[in-house]
Amino acid sequence: MAENLAPNWRLREQRYQLVGNVCLKCGAKFFPPRQVCTQCRGTEFEAFQFSGKGELYSFTTLHSVPAGFESYAPYSVGMIKLDEGPLVEAMLTDVNQDKLAIGMRMEMVTRKIREEEGERGLLVYGYKFRPIAE
Amino acid sequence: MKPKRDVGIVGYGSYVPRFRIKAHEIARVWGGAEDALPIDEKAVPGLDEDTITMSIEAARNAMARAQIDAQQLRAVWVGSESHPYAVKPSSTLVAEALGASGAVLAGDWQFACKAGTEAMQAAIALVGSEMADYALAIGMDTAQGRPHDALEYTAGAGGAAFVMGPAENAIAMLEASYSYVTDTPDFFRRAYQHYPEHGNRFTGEPAYFDHTLTATRNFFDSMNFSARDFQWAIFHQPNVKFPLQAAHQLGFTRDQVMPGLLVGKIGNTYAGAALIGMTNVLDNAKPQDRILLVSFGSGAGSDVFSYVVTDKILERRDLARRTAFYLGRRETIDYAQYVRFRNKLVMN
Repeated sequence: MAENLAPNWRLREQRYQLVGNVCLKCGAKFFPPRQVCTQCRGTEFEAFQFSGKGELYSFTTLHSVPAGFESYAPYSVGMIKLDEGPLVEAMLTDVNQDKLAIGMRMEMVTRKIREEEGERGLLVYGYKFRPIAE
Repeated sequence: MKPKRDVGIVGYGSYVPRFRIKAHEIARVWGGAEDALPIDEKAVPGLDEDTITMSIEAARNAMARAQIDAQQLRAVWVGSESHPYAVKPSSTLVAEALGASGAVLAGDWQFACKAGTEAMQAAIALVGSEMADYALAIGMDTAQGRPHDALEYTAGAGGAAFVMGPAENAIAMLEASYSYVTDTPDFFRRAYQHYPEHGNRFTGEPAYFDHTLTATRNFFDSMNFSARDFQWAIFHQPNVKFPLQAAHQLGFTRDQVMPGLLVGKIGNTYAGAALIGMTNVLDNAKPQDRILLVSFGSGAGSDVFSYVVTDKILERRDLARRTAFYLGRRETIDYAQYVRFRNKLVMN
């Protein structure tokens, strides 16, 4: 029986579209979405789709990686400060690791994250960030 | 064929992965003749890329140019011979990523290299029959070639997405289309097989040339067109030689064909090949230019379309990245990296 279908399915809007939420009381924006506002303790929210643009706040490169990610090693992960405020942790892609720099402009792309249960299981897709190259 | 309601391209977008392998690098490994290489280099998908992820980026570019809400789409159709799943649609995931899921048709099309334009024909029919206002047709592939096979030199990665909609909102209006198919076994891949089989020289005359030329000539006869009526022509491009030869036989000049001939730089992108050529032409066309688009898919058949560019191209063209951006974004890899990226190493 295929595993981990439900949790992946529940997160599809967040992962594919970078949908978080915004507090209806104070306007604070969150990703991932929250149920209680950290600014005003408000509990009423509506969905908010982030632009996917931001700056690289911090990064590192992993050589020893968690199970399920072996085929991608070594790969970089980063914290991206979205233009709308929240800080998002994500895998980085389309990068030359020696050219990563704090403050560089980044954009969200939808990529394959991992394969559940190898070639038999679910393909998990979601957001990654890459440098904006114009 | 002409739809009941006038239809056109409302938005378009392309995608090419950033990695490239030179044909001479493949020839170095297998001892190929360097003076007879079919292309210069081809695009290779990264480890986290496949037909779904590439379709999403091309579709986002197309939607940015279309300037419509994703919920206005009534169809998301993905044509490919490299869908990641054997059973589970690529199109539902693409629709979800665009925000188009819900009241929308979604399906995956398969017709070798013609799957993308087959989806375009269906999208034209859906909009033209007034069943829908907008439909998204995508042709995208991460084609596999067996190591040491002739196809290994050319099987590339990339493609394009087109939002079809009513003519009054179009950047290029459809004049008419035509399709021509026969049962011709020039190229196929059986279930559970990793690599396709092909008929070497048989793929030329009875397959590519017969269908491409017959379809185009029948279309010209029915529309009273000749090559001189078009500013640009795009043909399916399994290599550089075939489309140039077909274009010459139909009376086209190299100048009419070269902007839409990308195979030398990105390889044969199969279901995306003719369509991504079309995006590069649209990136450079002027209002009132007439464009001929001719696909070919093994098995076999050709779709032919005639489009006329409208003034709206000028305001929409730069709302998304041009195809030249993706052509210029490149990192050369060697054969060892290619083997890793194409999942040819057994890890367990």
